[in-house]
Amino acid sequence: MAAHPGGLIRVKGLTRVYGDRKVLDGLDLELAPGEFTALLGRSGSGKSTLLRALAGLDPDVAGGGTVEVPGEVSVVFQDARLLPWQRVLPNVVLGLRGAERRGRESLAEVGLAGRERAWPNELSGGEQQRVALARSLVREPRLLLADEPFGALDALTRIKMHALLRRLFEQHRPAVLLVTHDVDEAIALADRVLVLDEGRIAAEQRPGAGGPEARAETHAEIRARLLTALGVTAGV
Amino acid sequence: MTLVESRPTAAPGPSATTSATPSVTASAPGSRARPRLRPGRPVRLGFLLGPSLLLALWAVASATGWLDPRFLSAPWTVVGTAAELAGTGRLQDNLLTSVGRVALGLAIGVPLGTALALVSGLSRWGEAIIDGPVQIKRAIPSLALMPLLILWLGIGEVMKVTVIAVGVLVPIYIHTHNGLRGIDSRYVELAETVGLRRGAFIGRVVLPGALPGFLLGLRFAVTTAWLFLVVAELINSTSGIGYMMDLARTYGQTDVILVGLVLYGLLGLFSDAAVRLVERRALSWRRTLAG
Ligand SMILES: Nc1ncnc2c1ncn2[C@@H]1O[C@H](COP(=O)(O)OP(=O)(O)OP(=O)(O)O)[C@@H](O)[C@H]1O
Ligand SMILES: [Mg+2]
Repeated sequence: MAAHPGGLIRVKGLTRVYGDRKVLDGLDLELAPGEFTALLGRSGSGKSTLLRALAGLDPDVAGGGTVEVPGEVSVVFQDARLLPWQRVLPNVVLGLRGAERRGRESLAEVGLAGRERAWPNELSGGEQQRVALARSLVREPRLLLADEPFGALDALTRIKMHALLRRLFEQHRPAVLLVTHDVDEAIALADRVLVLDEGRIAAEQRPGAGGPEARAETHAEIRARLLTALGVTAGV
Repeated sequence: MTLVESRPTAAPGPSATTSATPSVTASAPGSRARPRLRPGRPVRLGFLLGPSLLLALWAVASATGWLDPRFLSAPWTVVGTAAELAGTGRLQDNLLTSVGRVALGLAIGVPLGTALALVSGLSRWGEAIIDGPVQIKRAIPSLALMPLLILWLGIGEVMKVTVIAVGVLVPIYIHTHNGLRGIDSRYVELAETVGLRRGAFIGRVVLPGALPGFLLGLRFAVTTAWLFLVVAELINSTSGIGYMMDLARTYGQTDVILVGLVLYGLLGLFSDAAVRLVERRALSWRRTLAG
């Protein structure tokens, strides 16, 4: 894996093999800086595997290919993954030195000012996930990887988190790769939606193209195409 | 549904909601109440209750003459003897010697056990080298090591402190190691993604994660320390509570023996309470059954 200054995230011929199963099979992918991309795919299609490869979390997994990512990569997991024995603020600035002030600012950005000294156990699921977002933001990532970050949240909290994530994205402009099961979530949030199938990117849609008015118009169309790519016959 | 219709007229609050749906009413006393599975609020000074009952029983048995004083002296005799011993300064001297031995044994054994557990828990090589010998040491009753230790180290202070330190090391190692191994690998992954260095990783993830195990080990260690102290002091000693008791045995003074026993008991009880206090402070982030 190489860090490079251009900011473009480039994956070439990425292969990942578990046992005799090729989960990723020569996958090519480019993510432009400051672009919000959503990744859809059937369960077990290898979305998490791809994300872990991008995050450099799979040194022991067999495979090949090249991954070029910027130096500053942050990951938001499906579970908030806060250290239960650290209060909120130390969790946010974990591993950073002298970042207290920036940590507080990040917490304020996700609407949790004043909760710096709470224990993670004392927060609701949505609040914990917001702390995890703050922990990612405070690192000013060039690439933000999120693996179903809202999967465990209720529908109402999800909607709020969508708005928050989109707002934070527009303020900080990292490249985002968001893994999700939810086609509507992908269309609502992302500029670009990819479908992973058979170890490669099998389909791509750009719901954001043509501005917000066009978004509503083509929503149904895009949705139908994505569902087809996912192997769901959209015969409603 | 009736709930929706009656809501505007009912007063706000959970009780109003419940009363609006008779089929769900659970507030009537005596009717099927939700079972309380938690042990409830902590009792203040609750750890003293059991020992106090035991003491009361002893006092009653002595007062009614049911207990022969030659067999077991009455509590007040023991208190009197203790006061007498304290008056001559013998009690304090011996107590101080004993406490000093335990403190020194703990001061050596606890860090050593923790360090071994860390090395063994953080590296496969460390585990391969350290874990086996500690498990073997655990399998051998420590008392069986005494003859060898006496041969090597004599019967002086070094031997006594070594016995305690080696005895303490085992529970500390076992429980800390167990705690380390039980740390969720997801936290390790998190540490990798935020780029924690090894030192910060140990300080922020490993040690706090292993702390519950370590503190459990410490509770065992403290009890074990007093246990080994007794053994060490009963053998060829010229000071300490154990020596005082052994001397009393020669003269048939049950009251002095009892003073020693009570002292050991109290010391064990209070050191355990101290560790538990530390435990409660250090693990305040946990929401568990014990609350
Ligand atoms: N550590 C592992 N060992 C063996 N097989 C694995 C491992 N991790 C993943 N796999 C396999 O690789 C395949 C892809 O897994 P992955 O977690 O990437 O899927 P996913 O697309 O994220 O699925 P989901 O949407 O359910 O999270 C699955 O078949 C899974 O069984
Ligand atoms: Mg997954």
